[in-house]
Amino acid sequence: MDISIIIFLLGGLFLGWSLGANDAANVFGTAVGTRMVRFKTAAIVCSIFVILGAIISGSGTTETLGKLGAINALPGAFAACVAAGLSVYLMTKAGLPVSTTQAIVGAIVGWNLYTGSDTNIRVLITILGTWVLCPVIAGVIAMGFFTITKNYLLRRKLHILRLDAYTRTALLLAGAFGAYSLGANNIANVMGVFVPISPFTDISISSFFVFSSKEQLFLLGGLAIAVGVFTYSKKVMFTVGNDLLKMSPVAAFIVVISHSIVLFLFASQGISNFLQSINLPSIPLVPVSSSQAVVGAVIGIGLLKGGKEVQWSVAGRITIGWFTLPVIAALISMILLFILSNIFNLTVSF
Amino acid sequence: MFGLNKSSLFSDTKKLEREIDGFVDILSEVGLVFKSIVPTYLNHSANGKFEEMVEKVKEMESKADKITKEVEHTLYEETLIPDARSDVLRLLEHMDELIGMYQGNCYHFSIQKPNFPKEFHHDLIELTETVVNCVEALCLTVRSFFRDIKTVRDNAHKVTFYEKESDIKFSSLARRIFDSEMPLDQKMHLRYFVEKIDRICDQAEDIADEVQIYAIKRSV
Repeated sequence: MDISIIIFLLGGLFLGWSLGANDAANVFGTAVGTRMVRFKTAAIVCSIFVILGAIISGSGTTETLGKLGAINALPGAFAACVAAGLSVYLMTKAGLPVSTTQAIVGAIVGWNLYTGSDTNIRVLITILGTWVLCPVIAGVIAMGFFTITKNYLLRRKLHILRLDAYTRTALLLAGAFGAYSLGANNIANVMGVFVPISPFTDISISSFFVFSSKEQLFLLGGLAIAVGVFTYSKKVMFTVGNDLLKMSPVAAFIVVISHSIVLFLFASQGISNFLQSINLPSIPLVPVSSSQAVVGAVIGIGLLKGGKEVQWSVAGRITIGWFTLPVIAALISMILLFILSNIFNLTVSF
Repeated sequence: MFGLNKSSLFSDTKKLEREIDGFVDILSEVGLVFKSIVPTYLNHSANGKFEEMVEKVKEMESKADKITKEVEHTLYEETLIPDARSDVLRLLEHMDELIGMYQGNCYHFSIQKPNFPKEFHHDLIELTETVVNCVEALCLTVRSFFRDIKTVRDNAHKVTFYEKESDIKFSSLARRIFDSEMPLDQKMHLRYFVEKIDRICDQAEDIADEVQIYAIKRSV
């Protein structure tokens, strides 16, 4: 493989690493931060299920990003990834809860604008719509789960210690599901732009099993996420667990499961097909922000408790992020594409 | 798997549940013994039954101490209930103090042998019964905290009720003691005992208040 290909892929791997470092905290942060689950356990489960989710269910969201703009040259994909990574870094520094999802969409639109390619407006509107829907659905699901769980627990009268044991197991299972959903939904952000120009070839193992080039890319992206989980997420998990979400372990479980369901809904080809088969509107398969799903779930629970604990400023900052991050990512993407094509004489599109 | 041994987690949990239940049982039983210790002392202070009962309270107190240490050890060793661990341990310690207060009262009766004239026997026994009822209500409050937080408030209310009753009975008995013709040193001596018994209720009420706060913290 050409060394340049590896360098270009590094852009995506960097994005994967940062996704693992930050978003794993949404899945296991409360469990680890409150010491309900050990970091090592969380990191192993998270890594395995992120990789499985990426390989098994990562195609749907990748296709949607491909429809938005099919980047057809490796330097172009590299620029998009670096632009997304940089913009996330800048916005995080500014204290805004942003996501790689919004950044990569902005970066792809930036590539479209720079290269004169068409942006599929319908797909763009669908994606923007899901960003708004994501925290709202997470909030509604969390409210439903919270009510059911609270009533169930009041009726079951479980001993505090028994409840603790069940909650630990539930947090681990919900975390595994969350990690799977994160891999399935967000692998498109990390490796999506490389799919049309994958440097890998399909590998056939006997006549039954074909490990496609796309799956190889997703495995690579999944591994990058896993490295992010192991190397950097511990600190973020403790921050999430101790500072941001002061809630009971049961409420933490509800947040994680609601977040996981939302990510899974927006990544599951199966559910989308099923809804279509019974003449219901299908769910668009779009990469959504796991951080915003978590915030949506927390706000949902806060509203059920009377709304006093809801931090509306955080909700406001999320809304700002919906607009500013894609714009900044698009601008950085265009600047990088200009530099790559004019200074380094690289082909950024065909 | 992955450092989370499920069977060990659930067996530790069941063992701890039994230990905590056992601890509350001890508090309740010590109360019941104390309820019969006072009449036994008043009626037959010279025979061996009273000392036998004091010895029984001592044994139960040691057992409660042992359980507190074991629970503390397991809770920290296995990092169980991280969000409520310190509350549970503080609760057990304060309940252990309550057992200690019962035991202290028994020892004081045994060592100082206060001379309660017959006219005060009925009131003293009534005060003791109210105090034991108060601690019984506390036991229910604590059991609710562990299993059914919805009923914590109701049970804690009963603790407050008995504490007020006990205050009334204490004041009435103390007044009668000081209105009597006994010498002042005897009055002071008897007042000391009456006050010490009543103080058990104050401690029980403080614990019930604590439990109510812990229950609010525990709510999902």
